Amino acid sequence: MSETTHESAPTREVSPAELAAQYGLSVSGARPSLLDYVRQLWGRRYFIVAFSQAKLTAQYSQAKLGQLWQVFTPLLNALVYYLIFGRLLGGRGEMGDDEYIPFLVTGVFVFTFTQASVLAGVKSISGNLGLVRALHFPRASLPISFSLQQLQQLLFAMVILVAVMLGFRHWPSWTWLLVIPALVLQFVFNAGLAMLFARWGSHTPDLVQLMPFVLRTWMYASGVMFPLRYTVESTAKWPGWVADILEANPAAVYMDLMRFSLMSGPYHDSIPANTWLLAIGWALVVGVGGFVYFWQAEERYGRG
Amino acid sequence: MADKENATGLVADDGRVPTVIADDLHIVYRVYGGGGRGSATAALRRIVRREPSARVREVHAVRGVSFVAYRGEAIGLIGTNGSGKSTLLRAIAGLLPAERGRVYTDGQPSLLGVNAALMNDLTGERNVILGGLAMGMTREQVRQRYNGIVEFSGINEKDDFISLPMRTYSSGMQARLRFAIAAAKDHDVLMIDEALATGDKKFQRRSEERIREMRAEAGTVFLVSHNNKSIRDTCDRVLWLEKGELVMDGPTDQVLKAYEEETGK
Repeated sequence: MSETTHESAPTREVSPAELAAQYGLSVSGARPSLLDYVRQLWGRRYFIVAFSQAKLTAQYSQAKLGQLWQVFTPLLNALVYYLIFGRLLGGRGEMGDDEYIPFLVTGVFVFTFTQASVLAGVKSISGNLGLVRALHFPRASLPISFSLQQLQQLLFAMVILVAVMLGFRHWPSWTWLLVIPALVLQFVFNAGLAMLFARWGSHTPDLVQLMPFVLRTWMYASGVMFPLRYTVESTAKWPGWVADILEANPAAVYMDLMRFSLMSGPYHDSIPANTWLLAIGWALVVGVGGFVYFWQAEERYGRG
Repeated sequence: MADKENATGLVADDGRVPTVIADDLHIVYRVYGGGGRGSATAALRRIVRREPSARVREVHAVRGVSFVAYRGEAIGLIGTNGSGKSTLLRAIAGLLPAERGRVYTDGQPSLLGVNAALMNDLTGERNVILGGLAMGMTREQVRQRYNGIVEFSGINEKDDFISLPMRTYSSGMQARLRFAIAAAKDHDVLMIDEALATGDKKFQRRSEERIREMRAEAGTVFLVSHNNKSIRDTCDRVLWLEKGELVMDGPTDQVLKAYEEETGK
């Protein structure tokens, strides 16, 4: 400012805070209230969807087979698990191929959804610092968008899943409609988990190195490629409460819901009804908890 | 004259409306990496104990900057590379958290730049939509302004390039599209970081014109540039930063003269 203003007006020294208050200026970069945050996030819903679709398109655009890899990758994983766990190690329990293969493919697809959401979530802030430092938007848009990208990927894979079901004579029934609530619950859970890990990953980048190890352990503990209760009780001869705990873990819960919805036969019948309650509980606790936890550090993302 | 001392002496009741107030602002970056090995167990221990990593280095990018910007001002930021200009802009926009001190703003200042939101593997068309949404435009606004953006960028002048992936564009074309997307939004407090150096002569003239337009609409414009001519053409006040500190704050001619003497241009 120039000297002339000092002469023309009766001058008075005020503190910056007083001046800001006088003209109704607000602190830049302050964290909004939880309600405002939800409102801002809702305002950005089209960005969240567009961003997830853009990431999905860009992901395989350099590969010759393009988007087909979205389906090939989990399918190849399922094939390897079938050979190792199904054939070589005999981990299939009492299931024949017509039950084990749908069981395995469903498990791989559903677990991949959670696994990929967590992996993308850890990097969603630390890997997009350029975006966080350039534009203004509720940061939760990023982990939610990445989970949404994985959901769309799973929807592509559902085509294969349906083909596998029909191929092994698991015919459509009214329970197939339960796929929708199962996916909604798992998405809420995944998004919450992605937000949780996004905050941790934003101040501890080392987590990116650690996560594949943690996720692989989680996969083996959730019965992706073997029936959990049968293996724990009959093969390993461990006490029943171990199976109870493992079966209550969210990955096992969401896999079982999908198997319950799509498959028919003995495994379908063995899934307890309280699995749905567990699925709702996990979605609420992790979904809401992860969101609130992420919001609490909203103004600090972008520093590290 | 107006230099560092009386830049912080705030004057009230003189009729001018402040839009941005920086109060003893400090910005510190934390940088990870450089040397050492990290094992999974060591990382786990750090996470569990919440210890900061020994390999974190702190970079004090902005050191105690204070100023008041008023409605209708166009303020240039000058200084050598790494003097903290871009960091200061990001802090004003609320994109970088302050270590100490505060920035008060009128509404939501926005940084002119969508580079980070765009994806090179996508077509120009989808990038226009994505960039617009990323800046907080509604779907309606993006739809309405789509043709204007494409026309302003001049991407389609030679061929139908807008339907090709952005990675197939020349660097000049990419820069033009980025500027066209970024300039499509209305802003209260607008901050421009080295945007004018892009494109050919014709496009530079067009973008300078657009910036003057935006300045008329916006309350306050901040411009970072190493091109003293574009600062002289667009700004009436200049802040000179060096090593994160405010060296000088005053009318464009004075500050630029002192800056040019110092840097020997």
